[in-house]
Amino acid sequence: MTLSAMHLLAVLLLAVAIVFCVIRLLRGPTTLDRVVAADTLAVITTASIAGLAAVFDNPVYLDVALVYGTLAFVGTVAMARAIEGDKG
Amino acid sequence: MELLADIFLVIGCAFIAIGSLGLLRMPDVYNRLQAGTKAATLGAMALLLGIGLHHPDWWPKLLVIAGFVLFTNPVGSSTIARAARISGIKPWSADQKQGDS
Repeated sequence: MTLSAMHLLAVLLLAVAIVFCVIRLLRGPTTLDRVVAADTLAVITTASIAGLAAVFDNPVYLDVALVYGTLAFVGTVAMARAIEGDKG
Repeated sequence: MELLADIFLVIGCAFIAIGSLGLLRMPDVYNRLQAGTKAATLGAMALLLGIGLHHPDWWPKLLVIAGFVLFTNPVGSSTIARAARISGIKPWSADQKQGDS
């Protein structure tokens, strides 16, 4: 399970993206900034779990990615609707 | 074929990283939504395509995941934008310094 140089570069770019999203998640001025950051983080996580399936050579992780994407979508929409209902 | 798959993997991860950089640097909720969602969607598509070129027998599940991301991401981002509009966040403009970066 050793990674080649290109795969290592891909993992490094994903790590940088996750760090950027977490910084925005921590210091976003409004609640919606944090929701946007969480949404982007969910997309990155879905793609990363699919990549994990390739790394471990085990297609079960693809089902995990699908379920994670579904639950993250439901969470994002619920959060946005709750904020919307709060104010207007 | 392996080289093509690796190139697609790196392109996808680069798109995701650039989209997250936009999420960090943009001045406003709407701009951040634009930068984060679309670039991350395209990056996820390229990453899934690269994985599919590596493992050709996984195509159906990868296609389901790709279609799901492609359908739900615009719906989620438009819901967030609607919530921002209704809760009264004004779009950023250059002369009124609103919202920090």
